[in-house]
Amino acid sequence: MTTFLSLTLIALLLSILAGLVRIFRGPEPAERMLAAQLFGTAAVAILLVLSQLMAMPALLDVAMVFALLAAITLVAFVVLASRGVR
Amino acid sequence: MVELAAAVLIATGTLFFIAGTVGLLRFPDIFCRLHALTKADGLGLALIALGAALLAGTPGAVFRIVLIWFFVATASATCGHLVARYARQSGAGGGAP
Repeated sequence: MTTFLSLTLIALLLSILAGLVRIFRGPEPAERMLAAQLFGTAAVAILLVLSQLMAMPALLDVAMVFALLAAITLVAFVVLASRGVR
Repeated sequence: MVELAAAVLIATGTLFFIAGTVGLLRFPDIFCRLHALTKADGLGLALIALGAALLAGTPGAVFRIVLIWFFVATASATCGHLVARYARQSGAGGGAP
């Protein structure tokens, strides 16, 4: 079970790494922010798996903070970008 | 038995995450990418949360996992709509949506 959860963590980290390619290439700022949303969701998934792997329930609180902050980041981007702030 | 079910759920969720990332990389414009990201990642996270809730022992941990899933699902839907509306109004999608 430990090996399986570690392999899952590696796959999720590779998914974040592939999202970095979209941030590097992505022509529009909105597409870069989409990759940032992917990072938030993947970070929550990684923390959920990690809390079971390391038997640390406190990591669930960290995951909750990640979930809330990722949403606030995207909303702030949309508000600022529609006002024309770069 | 419970561990096996949790392992299957977490593996399926990871596959959905990988599918969402491949969609983010391969799809042509921002609306297709939004479609891949919000739905595939939302389902992947829901499956991983279900697997983690099966593994978690205490009711408090299960409650927090359900709360995390609810936050992410609500935020993902809201942010998807916000980004799509911004892209349509600013013409960033390149053509008609």
